[in-house]
Amino acid sequence: MFRNQYDTDVTTWSPAGRLFQVEYAMEAVKQGSAAIGLRSATHIVLATVNKATSELSSHQKKIFKVDDHIGVAIAGLTADGRVLSRYLRNECINHSFVYESPLPISRLVVQLADKAQVCTQRSWKRPYGVGLLVAGLDETGAHLYYNCPSGNYFEYQAFAIGSRSQAAKTYLERRFDNFDKYSREELIKDGIFAIKETLQGEKLTSAICTVAIVGVGEPFHIINQQAIEQVIQSLDIVEDAQVEAAAAESASEEPSAAQEPAAAAPMDLQ
Amino acid sequence: MEWGAVSSEGKEVSTILESGSQRTLSPYVTGTSVLGLKYKDGVIMAADMGGSYGSTLRYKSVERIKPIGKHTLLGASGEISDFQEILRYLDELIIYDHMWDDGNSLGPKEVHNYLNRVMYNRRNKFNPLWNSLVVGGVKNGQKYLGMVGMIGTHYEDNHVATGFGNHLARPIMRAEWREDLTFEEAVKILEKCLLVLLYRDRSAINKFQISKITEEGVTISEPYALKTFWGFSAFQNPTKGAEGSW
Amino acid sequence: MALRGDWVYENNGGTCVAIAGSDYCVVAADTRLSVGYSIYTRDYSKICKLCDSSPLFLLPSPLTASTIYQHQHNKQMSCPAMARLLSNTLYYKRFFPYYTFNILGGLDNEGKGCVYSYDAVGSYERVGYSCQGTGGALIMPVLDNQLKSPSPLLLPARDAVTPLSESEAVDLVKDVFASATERDIYTGDKLEIIVVNASGIRQEFLDLRKD
Repeated sequence: MFRNQYDTDVTTWSPAGRLFQVEYAMEAVKQGSAAIGLRSATHIVLATVNKATSELSSHQKKIFKVDDHIGVAIAGLTADGRVLSRYLRNECINHSFVYESPLPISRLVVQLADKAQVCTQRSWKRPYGVGLLVAGLDETGAHLYYNCPSGNYFEYQAFAIGSRSQAAKTYLERRFDNFDKYSREELIKDGIFAIKETLQGEKLTSAICTVAIVGVGEPFHIINQQAIEQVIQSLDIVEDAQVEAAAAESASEEPSAAQEPAAAAPMDLQ
Repeated sequence: MEWGAVSSEGKEVSTILESGSQRTLSPYVTGTSVLGLKYKDGVIMAADMGGSYGSTLRYKSVERIKPIGKHTLLGASGEISDFQEILRYLDELIIYDHMWDDGNSLGPKEVHNYLNRVMYNRRNKFNPLWNSLVVGGVKNGQKYLGMVGMIGTHYEDNHVATGFGNHLARPIMRAEWREDLTFEEAVKILEKCLLVLLYRDRSAINKFQISKITEEGVTISEPYALKTFWGFSAFQNPTKGAEGSW
Repeated sequence: MALRGDWVYENNGGTCVAIAGSDYCVVAADTRLSVGYSIYTRDYSKICKLCDSSPLFLLPSPLTASTIYQHQHNKQMSCPAMARLLSNTLYYKRFFPYYTFNILGGLDNEGKGCVYSYDAVGSYERVGYSCQGTGGALIMPVLDNQLKSPSPLLLPARDAVTPLSESEAVDLVKDVFASATERDIYTGDKLEIIVVNASGIRQEFLDLRKD
């Protein structure tokens, strides 16, 4: 990236009112492999793309269980993500020690955001280079938050971060209206579809993605690989059928309505 | 912070500890039993308003039942000053909780557990809060009633009583308690217990407050007295049947 | 240190028993909580589930440590690991002890029943069966007599697990508690029995005398 005279430390403003170091940290999130989250009224699904740095190495863990009712998916510097998830776990354990009740998601997220904010205002610190999708269930229902290195946080119905996340976002934007009514299976399926969007043609297998879920009566857990493989295979079958149907339709020269994934994204404007 | 007794005993201990601070090693102004029980729509609690200085009835308008936040009632027996200190802790806790402004709030279970932690921590520092506390409340349709002791002993039950009340009132409550008690029935049971305590607990006084907590909120009654009857033959002539024994 | 005040401790009574079998473990405790001659409550559970394979009599503080362990190692803690953790937890407070007498029961890595018995400051031993608490002295000789455990002096060492079947062990536990309740004022009200075996954890209750 082009260097300028205002980006040598976090606390220096540019004349345009920007903090370049913070923006660079947010850039790190975009470089990381994708993580997505989506939420129904009762469940939240997190999914990530696992990219190994070399064929000889394993991939980094990108989804962490924080407590029975909370989990996070990260994109960016996994080392920072690990430190932050340890912090989150600590907060949850302390809360259940003192109050014998689970920590509300909204509070955990504010504490996390405040921690990130401090790093944007101290000359001797560096912002965390990681974005976190925080999924949790509490008294007030199911929640999905995105926490940014800048100290900002947002609540979402569905969101995607990391490299090529725009494709997943587009997919989710097209479908999020119905998410509230989704069953957990439908939610998992759409999570996997969104992950597929970020791969841009690369074949989706259960080896390159991790999917986790938390919901009513279901503590946060990572869904095992076989179960994911089964879902992927069932999707492939459906897709193949769709492609064939589309081929048949275009052969009979009718306008194609069936091939949903290939349809133009109406919200792809920004 | 220091509500400690400046007794010779206290000084001795603090020199052993080599610290200048004093601590409560015996209570000064104390309140007697608190009673609480669950009924159909919530929890009710009762206590008298006496504050004893040893065996002297020093204070007669001590409020020993207080609301904590929206969903909780707290009743205390034991050292009154320590109770007021606890109320300050809880005030801070509730205000801090309110400041998040996110729709979440502490319920009776959370307050009970918090108090248990506070009491047990203070006993670990050999600096106890000299109280037995009764915590009751309703949140999300869930009734809750529990007790915490001076050293952090805690439990939940359908009816609880501290001090003398555990000996004299609990048996009555055990015999008469039902899940579907109406408010009137619950008050009747508590008043029966209070009367027994008034007769047999020398530090109990005939000035009470009864309070209830339901999903709608807290109400604490104005102080009132119970009608007593001292005409029992055992009261009028206590040595009858035991003449010559002492 | 601890001698500075007797008020820091309070004996709340209660009794627990644990028996290890070849493929099961039974842990049981009464539910009376008392002090002196008065009863606080008749329904206080003294058995705490630490992880999927080991319930424990009293003292929940290692729970936090085991949660952290589960996060860090991505698996549940084994019963022997939990046993050492509990010992360390107790010994950490050697000079201001936790006044609790614990029994840890569960299944070991081979699926065999295991029972660990402790004193208040953390010395512990793996045994085939054990009992502790206010009714412990009344129950122990009955267990010694009924469980026919091989002598620990035999060489080579023999397995301490009892030859009893699961249902026989549960029946024995019910009998010894009914008996202890007759003579120990701190034992009674209700008996909570936890059975751990390969298929999971099962809980049952039995009413005891309330006087």
